[in-house]
Amino acid sequence: MNSENQILRLSTSPHLKANEDVPAIMFNVVMALIPVALFAIVSFGISAFFVIATSTVACVLTEHLSCVIAKKTTSIRDWSAVVTGIILGLTLPPGTPLWIAALGGVFGVGMAKVLFGGIGCNCFNPALVGRAFLQIAFPVAITTWTPSMLPGRFTHLIPSTLTTPFMKMNLEGVNNYIDTALATTGVDGWSGATPLSMWKFADTPQFESSVRLFTGMVPGSTGETASWLIILCGLYLIWRKMMNWRITAGMLLSAFLLSGAFWLTDRAAYPDPVFMLFSGGLIFGATFMATDMVASPMTSAGVWVYGAFIGIVTVVIRIFGALPEGVMFAILLGNAVSPLINQITQPRVYGITRKRKA
Amino acid sequence: MRKMASTFPHGIHPTECKHTAGAATKRLPWPPEVTVLLSQHIGAPAKALVKKGQQVKRGEMVAEAGGFVSVPMHAPITGKVKSVGLTLNPRGDMASAIIIERDADADQEEIVGDAQAIDDLSPEELVQAVQRAGMVGLGGAAFPTHVKLSPPKGKRVDTVVVNGCECEPYLTTDYRVMLEEVTWIVEGARLARRATGADEVVIAIENNKPEALEAIMNAVPNNEPISVRSLTTKYPQGAEKMLSRALLNRDVPSGGLPSDVGVACFNVATLAKMGQLLPKGQGLIERIVTVSGGGVSRPGNYIVPLGTSLRFVLEHAGMTDNTCTIINGGPMMGATMPSLDIPLAKGTSGLLALTKNEIRESNAHIFPCIRCARCVDACPMFLNPSMLGLLARKERYESMGETHNLNDCFECGCCSYVCPSNIPLVHLFRVAKAVNRERSASK
Repeated sequence: MNSENQILRLSTSPHLKANEDVPAIMFNVVMALIPVALFAIVSFGISAFFVIATSTVACVLTEHLSCVIAKKTTSIRDWSAVVTGIILGLTLPPGTPLWIAALGGVFGVGMAKVLFGGIGCNCFNPALVGRAFLQIAFPVAITTWTPSMLPGRFTHLIPSTLTTPFMKMNLEGVNNYIDTALATTGVDGWSGATPLSMWKFADTPQFESSVRLFTGMVPGSTGETASWLIILCGLYLIWRKMMNWRITAGMLLSAFLLSGAFWLTDRAAYPDPVFMLFSGGLIFGATFMATDMVASPMTSAGVWVYGAFIGIVTVVIRIFGALPEGVMFAILLGNAVSPLINQITQPRVYGITRKRKA
Repeated sequence: MRKMASTFPHGIHPTECKHTAGAATKRLPWPPEVTVLLSQHIGAPAKALVKKGQQVKRGEMVAEAGGFVSVPMHAPITGKVKSVGLTLNPRGDMASAIIIERDADADQEEIVGDAQAIDDLSPEELVQAVQRAGMVGLGGAAFPTHVKLSPPKGKRVDTVVVNGCECEPYLTTDYRVMLEEVTWIVEGARLARRATGADEVVIAIENNKPEALEAIMNAVPNNEPISVRSLTTKYPQGAEKMLSRALLNRDVPSGGLPSDVGVACFNVATLAKMGQLLPKGQGLIERIVTVSGGGVSRPGNYIVPLGTSLRFVLEHAGMTDNTCTIINGGPMMGATMPSLDIPLAKGTSGLLALTKNEIRESNAHIFPCIRCARCVDACPMFLNPSMLGLLARKERYESMGETHNLNDCFECGCCSYVCPSNIPLVHLFRVAKAVNRERSASK
């Protein structure tokens, strides 16, 4: 060959690069969320599908429109808005009115992500901010549950799903819908409560069996019920090295130990630690939300502190708080303290003996 | 000797791509001319001793050391000095060099040198002999070897570490040296121990080179304080600071040298050359270079006279039209070459002709940092590249140096390698360091 005319490309080292980029990571999280979403649809029917789809579309559209308004290249191709949307949808009750699900997406992405500067700049998990906003603004809609595996769930929407925006939700219709469906199965009596609220608010605490909790045969938010599936999907992400298992482990371990300590003091009043782990959104939150890279600490010691902090706050809210569920606020609090955790857990730099004053 | 492989915390596992590991070293044909750069090492440039038109013999000293931290140069081929002047150097700027035209009639068999009885030399005389031989670190940094052999006053070196890790992908020169020149390595290790007065020698080899490990184990006599240790295959295992931590659990202090913790670290190829050249009293005139990558059809490990042009080497290795990047050194820390007329220097351990598919995409989209902490978990120095990157983007260079230990970064490239946002972290840090250097110089 003629090396006189060789065109040489100049660049700085390193000249090699690992293959994964941000969209690849986000896409894998989407892949890990899809089985959970499918189980939600199997368990709660077409209403769950519409809730998840609506929140996802709302998140993606919000991100796209804000990029258009800011005259930037659209950032929806990084898949992060899709992740936010699916997670938000999975944290909502199956009968959530679709306009509320959409509003949650718009608020979460708009207020908690875009306003902070987009991906990487948000200090709180956008899906959780959206969820928290809905919890406060629409307490009834966000705590109206339907039983899982209801007959007719694939042919009939839960009546509340298509509530007209800004109109009151048809609670009676929901109850009628559930009663009619349950009548065909011979089961009677629907308390309208999740396992956690059955424990917390019933006159004598009732504990759902761990097997039913683990397999997901309980009412709850669309995506939080099937612990076994969430764990499998989490293991996939851990295997692909796209999720920090230390956060999950720290969170579950601290929640287990603290609730175990309470349980040992009074077994009648406090739920056993296994119930604590598999009820509510603890497994889902520990797998998909606390592990949000952007809002969690970066140091190897910090992730343990962060996980443990969230686990403890969750148990404290569940036992002493006014709400039966504490995962959401615990993670948001964890997000809030993660810069602090980062600061106090900086590792010792190689070859530096005394810590310099920052 | 421990069986368990030691290692340092953090680091990365790039694909090894050691395609040329099985290729025995071969001598390239003699180049028509060589360009002996006067500064192929860290420190003061050498001073030319020859004039235009002068006849030189292979191995004859053509430039003397320009100070203590400097080494002399020897003629790599027999021929006539064509000129003494400026030429392109691997750094990309112009530097002084002696150009020697090969004497077509000379067979290049004879090498100038005065055999010396090295066993009779005192440690000080040994150090001088090493400097006379023009020895520099052949792993890539090209730091004068005799300087490392004479630790500063008040410092004592108790352990000589012999680096046979070769953690850079593609490169296989050290591996071949360990297989083919193992007796010279052991001889060099002995000399290094005598010169420094160290108690023991530790030879460190990554566990992806079991044949090299075995060869060295067999060559090391039992009655000498030389041990061989196997290290985990991980990048940058071969960095001095990482070796010191992995083998001896000693941290080289920030801003300090390995000698501060009693360690002197030498590359296997450096010691092999020492063991080979010192008894004969010859100078360093050639080295083994790995020529590899998808851009050459005959990759291999070639013995090349110093000063041979990259073009000559690459053409003999069968450079193809696919080549888009020429790297001097390894793909993690090596520099891309702006011209094929650059001469090969003492520190050139590899010459890679890489195709588009083999290298990082240069115009890949840069995403914002998503704080995934992969860089934090990769940095062998325990810095926070993510934070440094954010500060660099805001041009807060002082704060990077003062409160975030920028100067402890040795640019190994782990952070840029793992970054899923394609942020050119190492490049940003280089810019920041350069700006800080300039600012502190102008103060």
